[in-house]
Amino acid sequence: MTSQAPGLWPPSGPEVVFLLLGAVAVGSALLVVTTRQLVHAALWLVVCFGALAGGYLVLTAEFVAWVQVLIYVGAVVVLLLFGIMLTRAPIGPSAGLDSGNRWAAALVALATAGVLVTVVVTGFRTAYAPLRPGQGSAGSLGASVFRTWVLPFEALSVLLLAALVGAIVLSRTDIRGRE
Amino acid sequence: MHLVYPVVVSALLFSIGVYGVLARRNAILVLMSVELMLNAVNLNLVAFDVWLGDRLHGGQVLTLFVIVIAAAEVGLGLAIVLAVFRTRRTVDVDRLRALAEVVRTPDPGRPEGEDAS
Repeated sequence: MTSQAPGLWPPSGPEVVFLLLGAVAVGSALLVVTTRQLVHAALWLVVCFGALAGGYLVLTAEFVAWVQVLIYVGAVVVLLLFGIMLTRAPIGPSAGLDSGNRWAAALVALATAGVLVTVVVTGFRTAYAPLRPGQGSAGSLGASVFRTWVLPFEALSVLLLAALVGAIVLSRTDIRGRE
Repeated sequence: MHLVYPVVVSALLFSIGVYGVLARRNAILVLMSVELMLNAVNLNLVAFDVWLGDRLHGGQVLTLFVIVIAAAEVGLGLAIVLAVFRTRRTVDVDRLRALAEVVRTPDPGRPEGEDAS
């Protein structure tokens, strides 16, 4: 928003940290989608989410970073590991994890990356925001959740309840539909 | 912080997720790639929240909502994957062709009981 933005090069200290964390996140995400072992994919996902949490910390979003660690690293990855375990996936390297259209997929992904990176670089080349600590602390975020965003918050709790009931109904085998 | 860095990282993460969704065969790996795409969106939301200096913190609150919805989505998705595994003994998405369009040519190799009514 400020007009006297410093130049893109050299990057400042927080930007260097963010770029390193971003490189870790992108590299481990590449390993998630290319590794030949299912369990390793889930573990690389942990690395990717952790690096992203560090990136949130650099961007002064502390509360979001801790929620990311708690929910993504703590809950989602454990759920995925349970799914891997319950579908009796092979533990060692397995060949058939990629389908036959991976070259078309790579082409589409490269095109997506090209379009997105071109658009955002042309659009936000000069955008600069000074980082002010404390912007995303639990206090300020909680105040805005429970003042401004309280209705979507309550709707989300209903959504979570519905998802819970749905998961229970889907995974129980003794519930049958009407004949 | 220049806005270009987080936004470019998020664009790269999103396209890696697109590749994973399209190229992976195992349904759980597809779910992992969807999580990657959702994380790219979260990074975008946080970066733009910081850039705009939003007083209501719309970006970060929406990030929390997206994280919650992603948790609900992965719970339901895994329940569906497990239900599919129970009935079909496979979670390979390109072998689950029960809802595919029926090819008009006579196909003796088509397994029975796959088309409803």
